[in-house]
Amino acid sequence: MAIAEFFQHLMNGLTLGGIYALIALGYTMVYGILKFINFAHGDVLMAGAFIGLFVFDWLRGSAPSGVWTIISFFLAMIVSMGLSALLGMFIERVAYKPLRNATRLAPLLSAIGVSFILSNGAAWAFGTRSRKFNYPFDNTPIHIGEVVITPHQILILVVSLIMMIGLKLFVDRTRMGKAMRATSLDQSTAMLMGVNVNKVISLTFAIGSALAAVGGILIALDFKVYASMGTMTGLKAFVAAVLGGIGNISGAMFGGILLGILETFGVAVFGIPTGLKDTIAFGVLIIILLIRPEGLFGKVEKEKV
Amino acid sequence: MTLLETEKLTRAYGGVVAVNKVDFDVEEGLITGLIGPNGAGKTTLFNNITGLDAPTHGRVLFEGKDITGAPAHKICRMGIARTFQNIRLFRELTVVENVMIGRHFKTGKSETKGRFLNAIGSYVHLRQEEEEIYERSCQWLEFFDMEGMKDELAKNLPYGKQRELEIARALATDPKLLFLDEPAAGMNPQETDHLMAIIRKIRDLDITVVLIEHDMKLVMSICDAITVLNYGMKLAQGTPLEIRRNQDVIEAYLGKEDA
Repeated sequence: MAIAEFFQHLMNGLTLGGIYALIALGYTMVYGILKFINFAHGDVLMAGAFIGLFVFDWLRGSAPSGVWTIISFFLAMIVSMGLSALLGMFIERVAYKPLRNATRLAPLLSAIGVSFILSNGAAWAFGTRSRKFNYPFDNTPIHIGEVVITPHQILILVVSLIMMIGLKLFVDRTRMGKAMRATSLDQSTAMLMGVNVNKVISLTFAIGSALAAVGGILIALDFKVYASMGTMTGLKAFVAAVLGGIGNISGAMFGGILLGILETFGVAVFGIPTGLKDTIAFGVLIIILLIRPEGLFGKVEKEKV
Repeated sequence: MTLLETEKLTRAYGGVVAVNKVDFDVEEGLITGLIGPNGAGKTTLFNNITGLDAPTHGRVLFEGKDITGAPAHKICRMGIARTFQNIRLFRELTVVENVMIGRHFKTGKSETKGRFLNAIGSYVHLRQEEEEIYERSCQWLEFFDMEGMKDELAKNLPYGKQRELEIARALATDPKLLFLDEPAAGMNPQETDHLMAIIRKIRDLDITVVLIEHDMKLVMSICDAITVLNYGMKLAQGTPLEIRRNQDVIEAYLGKEDA
């Protein structure tokens, strides 16, 4: 394989992986704190994409593309992050909080229910046809040597990098971040140290959902917006979170990027037919569960006595 | 002055009554010992006062206010802190971070503002507030002669130091009342002596201390008042001298002498 070809695939893998990573963070953060998989996360991503689309189309109106289009795009992204965060918090409050002391299976089932409600609700409200999310800029590929990069890919890389660094700083440096880590390590002790655990949980859902909204919008630019768009992407991001070690934030980032790269190289280099591309992620899931179920960055959890 | 009292506090788990109509008083400024055989309900009583569990009957009054069944984080913010029988540090956080968690919600600002303004607010004051918290936390580490270990992960500390760190973390919440659940458990005699000195130092900071302990030497030498529980009920209450001479207590610990 030529070196340029390698970098081309790497670039494609990184951008795909960056999106997976953004979405995987939501799964992993919620798991870290509540020890359950929020299967409605993918559908929050879809909701985020719809919100982004509507706000973007409304803001930019019929103006010709230019600076205003780009501004509207980012404004739409911010509005979508905010509303998706509220949606995530609302879901937690209504569907998960009442089940906090129930068996572990209960919130999981509730999450699947929420997932159906969201995706079917969107299909009912907005129809099942997919809508185009226009590029806010001219997406003519740029040639760097023999490697071709689209402005959209650059956008994905920049945005996901900023989000991930921001999240990492938030979790490591701020007091809410510390409260979050403390809560995920030991919820009742955190409470006894004055941490408002309900607030931490709400905030976790808010952040995860906002990141999912960004992921949804970035995907929508290439793959359009439709009611069931969150299902497959959500599942793959879940695989990414498991791959990195569920509950581990750096793990989710790494797992997402690694999964993106594996998918790209799997198709481009190892000749896996494009139609079977989705099997790569789930193949990875099976392998990781067999070989290292705690994930790459995960630690084997000792049972607390 | 009575700082904390429970009125007929009862905690039943189904048919098992772990704590049965206990009236427990804590005088301000004193070191109060809570003793009793295993399973007497000492830790359950702690849990019900600190909000980890809620009583089935009875009330808990702190500074005259009814705090029965209040959430743990609110009780903590009112000024009640605790440690655990089995050490429950945030093992994956550093020593200083553990103490900082205790301080975080004592800045006063957090209670007043709206929920999510806090998150944004904490970004704005980030620098100065974090520095202040960090410094205060380091002061508590100095109190325990632990400032040299501040960047160590909590799980890597020796056992005795882990116990002390747990106390430092509890103290960082600026409590008026500190509950210590078997602080000397697993300590050797030297460590226990050191711990006793620390507990006295804490009392000298005007913090009222309540401790559960099985080490009678420790209890008898540093407690000003002792309450004895047995089978979930209060058996006796008094000064160490009174307790040592109390026939019921002797029987509970040593068994009844057959006549």
